[in-house]
Amino acid sequence: MPTLHWEGQSLAVAPGQTALDALLGAGVSIPHSCRAGACQSCLLQATAGEIPPSSQQGLKPALIAQGYLLACLCRPEADLHLTAPGPGARVPALITKLTWLSDSVLQVHLTTSESLDHRPGQYLTLLRDDGLARSYSIAGQEIELHVRRIPGGAMSNWLADVEPGTPVTLQGPAGDCFYTPGDPHQPLLLAGAGTGLAPLYGILRDALRRDHQGPIWLYHGALNESGLYLTAELEALAATYPNFQYRPTLFHRDGPLPEVLSAAHPKLAGWRGFVCGDPQIVNILKKRLFLAGMASRAISADAFLPSTLK
Amino acid sequence: MPTLYEQLGGSPAVEAAVDLFYRKVLTDPRISDFFEGVDMDIQISKQKAFLTMVFGGPVAYSGQDLRRGHAHLVARGLNDSHFDAVIEHLGASLAELGVAPALIGEVAALAETTRADVLGK
Repeated sequence: MPTLHWEGQSLAVAPGQTALDALLGAGVSIPHSCRAGACQSCLLQATAGEIPPSSQQGLKPALIAQGYLLACLCRPEADLHLTAPGPGARVPALITKLTWLSDSVLQVHLTTSESLDHRPGQYLTLLRDDGLARSYSIAGQEIELHVRRIPGGAMSNWLADVEPGTPVTLQGPAGDCFYTPGDPHQPLLLAGAGTGLAPLYGILRDALRRDHQGPIWLYHGALNESGLYLTAELEALAATYPNFQYRPTLFHRDGPLPEVLSAAHPKLAGWRGFVCGDPQIVNILKKRLFLAGMASRAISADAFLPSTLK
Repeated sequence: MPTLYEQLGGSPAVEAAVDLFYRKVLTDPRISDFFEGVDMDIQISKQKAFLTMVFGGPVAYSGQDLRRGHAHLVARGLNDSHFDAVIEHLGASLAELGVAPALIGEVAALAETTRADVLGK
């Protein structure tokens, strides 16, 4: 009889019994609703063991890559270690380098003594020693964050003045907006505005590093020239990789980003999409890609929620 | 005798139908306003639960759940014509997937049982 490991407990699973029923039967409180794999409220993460493939049906590729599964569909046939999706561990880090990428965007490099095991495009929470915390997307293999300086912003103004060598704490990584190998010829559409470029820049370089062969289009929307950054780096990548197309999109010159996308890519069946930025633009872009025929499962999004702390 | 849910193909059938169905709903000017500004991922999971239910699958909403969940839309004018449009898209999506007319009729009949609760009658 396979054994289910949960927070130090070992539970025997009867043949055909689901992980959800085994856990509930042992008095573990697991959020659940439909018991049919539809509502996804019983999402858990496997840390070791054999994941029954049927327990991952309907999940986005990024969740599958991280070992997520639906407890209501999971009938373990071998030992399995499960855990609730958590916020990730906290690790000490050092700020190593600070570079202004534009008038308002600061590139922050950090290093940690222990590996964070992140995927470019996921996000981290940066904690100052007094507990002030903000989340930022990871722009590369190394820990690179893009911080927009906001008037009155507590963290962004502190970072603008901080010296390399300053210790901070990082928590995470989290998020499912990242490149997953498996279909190297699938066309990719990356679109975002503002510092939504950070995760997209990470996803782009990850895809190229993993030898993605299909076309990759990156649209970076901004109001005007001063909102663009990393243009030289992106143009250099476009010159090096014939399958990569860089499209800086200026509102005043080209019109709204969703309209530019719809005109250039009216049919997106079979494509994979990544959209990042403010929640409003992310919601509009997600819907555009879906209505152009992209499968809902093929759309990964990272919406930057405004901080409520001052 | 397999259940309706089994005859339709279970959860993979729901996966196949949900995008097709939700795209039709979003692009129908008669009803698309009700979905304006709603997060798509949340909507997709709700549509999956809805399809699982009308396929006769293991999702059970009580009449009270359906009333509570749609009350804000009823206040905005949700009525029989909108309900009919959704049933129409449900049937068209299943027809596109090659589901037999008799089974589509069974799905529509199951969906019909929710009308009074969804519309708060």
